[in-house]
Amino acid sequence: MENEILIGSVVGDEGVLALEELARACGAEATWIIDLVAVGVLAPEGRETTDWRFCAADLTCARRVARLQRDFGASMEAAAVMIDLLKQIDQLHARLKQAGLNVD
Amino acid sequence: MEFKDYYKLLEIDRTATADDIKSAYRKLARKYHPDVSKEPQAEARFKEIGEAHEVLQDPEKRAAYDQLGNRWRAGQEFTPPPEWAAGFEFTPGGASAAGDTGYSDFFSTLFGNFARHTAPSRAHGEDHHAKIFIALDDAFHGGTHTVTLRAPQVNAQGQVVLRERSLHVQIPKGIHEGQHIRLAGQGAPGVNGMPAGDLYLEICFHPHSLYQVQGRDLSLSLPLAPWEAALGATVKAPTPTGVVEVKVPPGSQSGRKLRLKGRGIPGEPAGDLYLVLAVVLPAAETEKAQQIYRTMARELAFNPRHSLEV
Repeated sequence: MENEILIGSVVGDEGVLALEELARACGAEATWIIDLVAVGVLAPEGRETTDWRFCAADLTCARRVARLQRDFGASMEAAAVMIDLLKQIDQLHARLKQAGLNVD
Repeated sequence: MEFKDYYKLLEIDRTATADDIKSAYRKLARKYHPDVSKEPQAEARFKEIGEAHEVLQDPEKRAAYDQLGNRWRAGQEFTPPPEWAAGFEFTPGGASAAGDTGYSDFFSTLFGNFARHTAPSRAHGEDHHAKIFIALDDAFHGGTHTVTLRAPQVNAQGQVVLRERSLHVQIPKGIHEGQHIRLAGQGAPGVNGMPAGDLYLEICFHPHSLYQVQGRDLSLSLPLAPWEAALGATVKAPTPTGVVEVKVPPGSQSGRKLRLKGRGIPGEPAGDLYLVLAVVLPAAETEKAQQIYRTMARELAFNPRHSLEV
């Protein structure tokens, strides 16, 4: 039992997580995820809420918003702005790294 | 187990009001929040202050914690007195809403079990999250990774004990940074026959000495001699799957990128490997080398600052 090798499923670049699954992974209600989609923080594949499928980036992003809301008491709109800025910083860091410059 | 001085962690007095606690926490959260902070050890510091906040902002937990009194100092070896929180009834704080389970042994032992009593009578187990660091090589060949997790559990005597468990997880070929491996049923146990939660493992790569990673693509700085860059050459370059020969076109400058299609992280489609050319000058330490440089200076009529119009 101890040496059993577990095989998981990959949450990658394609949408695989349904609405309820993403909500549970964030410890949140489905309505909170629906709000995130409405604000434009998440853009799932699929038209109807029942067809929505979320990818790894959505999972990372939603959990980030949850932390920012919880830890700073930020509104969803404020957290969305923070997410946009953090994304830009990540992209700039990636470009610096590609250019061989270290930022830390 | 070490005693934690939650007042000291939040840099406040034991007489602090609820507002003092909130503003001290907000201030430190801004400084150490792992999503926004560039401080070293931000994540570890943030967990500590989060924990301190969770205890001190809850009147019941704070009262119980205060009862421990001034008998311990931060970092001192600590065992909770028997029946230490008798008469208190804790309600789980909102702070764990996102499903993080990064509490210290100290917190879990003192407060970990009380949250359990207030869980709904039938509830799906919480999902848990952890980050794992793997070698870039594992993304090319696949592999297994051992994750060690610790979670508080109530034993037969009703005491809280930290149980450690190791999971051996298969790392599928082609996985890359930012993706997650989802292990069904490896999260928190469900209540009254409901299914357990899942465990999500977020993938991070250990930094590699040669390759930089962007998604599925890799880049590598490829040093060239000036004549290789100027005249063109076939040179050897390492790739994660073995050494290859690449054609450098004549007239290449530093910074030019050569793309080796499909030589990045495997998948559908596979990533690419970018060779970033870097011209390296031979040292002019010998008389002969100096002579060659002087000849170039004389014969080539080359102005590297032409574009600056000087």
